[in-house]
Amino acid sequence: MLSGNEAIARGAYESGAKVATAYPGTPSTEILESLSTYAGLHAEWSPNEKVALETGMGAAFGGARALVVMKHVGVNVAADPLFTLSYTGLRGGLVLVTADDPELHSSQNEQDNRNYAKFAKVPMLEPSDSQEAKDFTEMAFDLSEKFDTPVMLRTTTRVSHSKSIVLVGEPAEPTGKPQLVKDPMKFVMLPANARKRHPIVEKRMEELTRFAETFPGNLVEWGESKVGIITSGISYEYAKEVMPEASYLKLGMVYPLPQEMIRSFASRVEKLFIVEELDPFIEEQVRAMGIEVAGKNLFPLCGELNPGLVERGLRGLLQVPKEETYKNLPARPPIMCPGCPHRGIFSILSKMKLFVTGDIGCYTLGFLPPLSAIDTCVCMGASIGHAMGLDKALGEEALGKVVAVIGDSTFLHSGITSLLNVVYNKGAVTLIILDNRTTAMTGRQDHPGTGFTLKGEETSRVDLVKLSKALGVKHIKVVDPYQLASTERVIKREVRRPEPSVIISRAPCILSRRERTEQEKSFLVSPEACTGCRTCLRLGCPAIEWVKENGAGPEGKKRKGRASIESFLCTGCTLCAQVCKFGAIKESDGK
Amino acid sequence: MENNKVKNILLVGVGGQGIILASEIMADVFMEAGFDVKKSEVHGMAQRGGSVSTHVRFGSKVFSPLIKEGEADIFIAFEELEALRYLDYLSPQPTILLNEQRLNPPSVSLGNQAYPEKISEILSGRSKHFKSVPGRELALQAGDARAVNIVLLGALCAILSIPEKIWTENILRRFSPKVERVNLEAFRLGRST
Repeated sequence: MLSGNEAIARGAYESGAKVATAYPGTPSTEILESLSTYAGLHAEWSPNEKVALETGMGAAFGGARALVVMKHVGVNVAADPLFTLSYTGLRGGLVLVTADDPELHSSQNEQDNRNYAKFAKVPMLEPSDSQEAKDFTEMAFDLSEKFDTPVMLRTTTRVSHSKSIVLVGEPAEPTGKPQLVKDPMKFVMLPANARKRHPIVEKRMEELTRFAETFPGNLVEWGESKVGIITSGISYEYAKEVMPEASYLKLGMVYPLPQEMIRSFASRVEKLFIVEELDPFIEEQVRAMGIEVAGKNLFPLCGELNPGLVERGLRGLLQVPKEETYKNLPARPPIMCPGCPHRGIFSILSKMKLFVTGDIGCYTLGFLPPLSAIDTCVCMGASIGHAMGLDKALGEEALGKVVAVIGDSTFLHSGITSLLNVVYNKGAVTLIILDNRTTAMTGRQDHPGTGFTLKGEETSRVDLVKLSKALGVKHIKVVDPYQLASTERVIKREVRRPEPSVIISRAPCILSRRERTEQEKSFLVSPEACTGCRTCLRLGCPAIEWVKENGAGPEGKKRKGRASIESFLCTGCTLCAQVCKFGAIKESDGK
Repeated sequence: MENNKVKNILLVGVGGQGIILASEIMADVFMEAGFDVKKSEVHGMAQRGGSVSTHVRFGSKVFSPLIKEGEADIFIAFEELEALRYLDYLSPQPTILLNEQRLNPPSVSLGNQAYPEKISEILSGRSKHFKSVPGRELALQAGDARAVNIVLLGALCAILSIPEKIWTENILRRFSPKVERVNLEAFRLGRST
C-alpha cells in the first residue's frame, strides 16, 4: 500500500531520476521525504520553489532526469523559470509535480493548476490513484525526453494522501550519462534565440495533441448505458463508484486534450457529462469544439468533490437532507500545541493590540481566539511587504502599532528580499522572526537554518543575526519567547523605533526531538489560590481548562469557576505561571 | 461477508489519538486478507488537537477512497463529541464502536460552550449494533494509555471474519519488540470486550 505521494517517489526512482528538489508544502511534502530514502539520487529541500525548479533545470540541461515537487501555490513562485523552460526544453527529462489542494485543507487558496499547463504550453498528466501516480511519473519522464518539454504531473490532496495497492518494479537502466553539452541557441533565451524557440513550442503542442490520441493513459471504457462521462483524476474514481454503468473517457493527459477521441466518444453517447473538480478546464475546451456537455451547471466550482456530490450531479438528485439534530457542536479547530514557543509571542502581541501582518506557518494559528493576533496572511514572505506598505501609507499613524511576524523557514523562502527592501527604502518596520528551527506546519522539515539536510546530514546553518546585519538592519535583538516580561519589553521598544528592526524569537518547536531533550515538569493550579480571573485561559493553551463551579475562591471572594491544568498535556513551558497575578500556578511535585 | 460488496469503515477522533496508525494497520490487514483496499484521511493543518477522520474501504474492487454519506458500515469513534460530527455518514444499521473518552475542544475548555451530553444514548438509539468500549481503561490495563488504538483494532477484529493472526502480525510489525507484550494484551482486551 502506497500513498499517491509515495508512489510518485517510487516512480521517479524507477525512472532513474538523478536529482529531486522541493520546498515542503501540503499536500506534496511526503514525495521528497519518501524519495530521500532511496539510494543513488540527490534529493534536497530547496529554500523555495523557484530555486527547486532552477536546480532541476540545471540537472536536466546536463542530461540527467530531474523531479521537481511543489504544492499548487509553489508553482506561482516557480512560474518565472517554468514559462521559459517551456521554450528551452531540456536534455534529460524533467517532471514538475504540482500537488493541488481543492477544499483548502491546508492552503490559502484552491487555484486549479491545470491552467498552468495551458498557460505555459506544457503537457500535464493527472493520475487518479497510487498505481497511476507511479506509472504516470514514469510516462512523464519518457514524454519529457521524447517531446523535449517539461511535463507537469498534477495530483490533488485526495490522490496524494490516499493509499492504495501498487505493484512496484525495478529501477530502469540510466538512459544516458549526464554531460556538459554547449547549446546556446537552445539554452540562452536572449530575444533573438527565444523568438526562434516560440514556433518550436507551438509545433510541439500540435504534435502532443496528436500524440494524446494514442497516449495509453487516455482510455475509453464502454458501459451499458447511453450516458458518457469525460473525467480525470480523483473525479473518475467518484463517478465510477456512483455510476458504474456509464461509459467513460478517462483522461490521463489533461492537457493537451485528444480531440478526435473526444469527438468520437461524444458521438456515441446520448448524454455527455464532464466531471471535474474546481475549474471547468476540460469543459471549456470541449465546448470550444462545439460539443454540448453538462458540467459545472451540475457540479460545484468550489471545494473538493466526493461520491455524494458526484452522484447528486449525475443523477439529478436533490440535496440529501442532513441529520439536523447535532449542528451546533463545539468546533475543534487546529491549535498551537501545548508548550508551543509561538504562544508567548502571540499572547504579548494580543495584549499590546498590535496590527500583526502575518505569514504562512503554524503561527498563522495565532489568528484564532483567544489570541486573535494575526491581521493579514496571504502568501509566503508577504508579512514584511505588508508592514512596509502600511508604514509608507500611514507613516506616523502606524508607528508603534504594526509588527510583522514570519517563521524561520518562510523568511529564508522569500522574506530576505523583502527585509532588504525595508532597509533600502527606509521602512520603519519591526519584524519578528519566529525561529523554531524547523518547517513546522508541514511536519518539521529541515531548511538552511537548521544545520541539517533532507537526508539528515550535518551542513552549515545560516545565522539569522548575521544575515539581518548583512542586509543592513542596525537593530537586532534575540529573545526567548518563554520569558514573557523581557520579551514584551523588547517588542514595546522596537515597534516604536522609526527604523528597520528585527527581533529573533529563538526556541525550537516543541515537537522537535533533536533540539529538546530535557524532561519537562508539569504545572498545576492550586484550587485554593485561583481567583477564577481567566487570565491564563487567554493563552489558548490546550492543557488549561475552565472548571465551572459556583463557590468561593481565596479570602472567601466569589468565583464562577477556576482554571485547571491537564497534567498529561502540560509541557511545563511556564507561560501560565508567568501570567497568573495570584501565584496560583506552581510546578507539580512529580509527573 | 460477501466479497463483491465494498465494506466501509469510518474512523473519527482527535489528532494524536493514533487514528491514522490504526487505519494503516487495518488497510494492510485487508490487503493481506486478499481484498482491494483504499484509505484516505481528512485532517486540517495542525499536527495535533484537530478533528480527524479516516476512511477505509475494502472489497473485490474499490474506486472511491472516500465513503459516500449514508454508507459507513462500521463507525469507530475514538472520541465522543467527534462521533456526533459524522452521523451523516452512517448507513441505516451500522456497527458502532464508541471509545469512552472525552477530549474538550477549545470552546469547552474556555467555558464558552458545553460538551454535549448523552452521546452514548444517541448512538445506541441510532443502531442496534452499538458497543461502548472503555479504550483508555483497557489500554492502561494492558500497560500503556497510548494503546487505545490497538484496543479498538481488537474490538474491530471481533466483528470481522479475518483471521486474528493477520491482525496480530501486522500490529507487531509496526512497533518495536519492547512494546510487543503491551500491544498483544491491548488487542486481546479489545477483542474480548
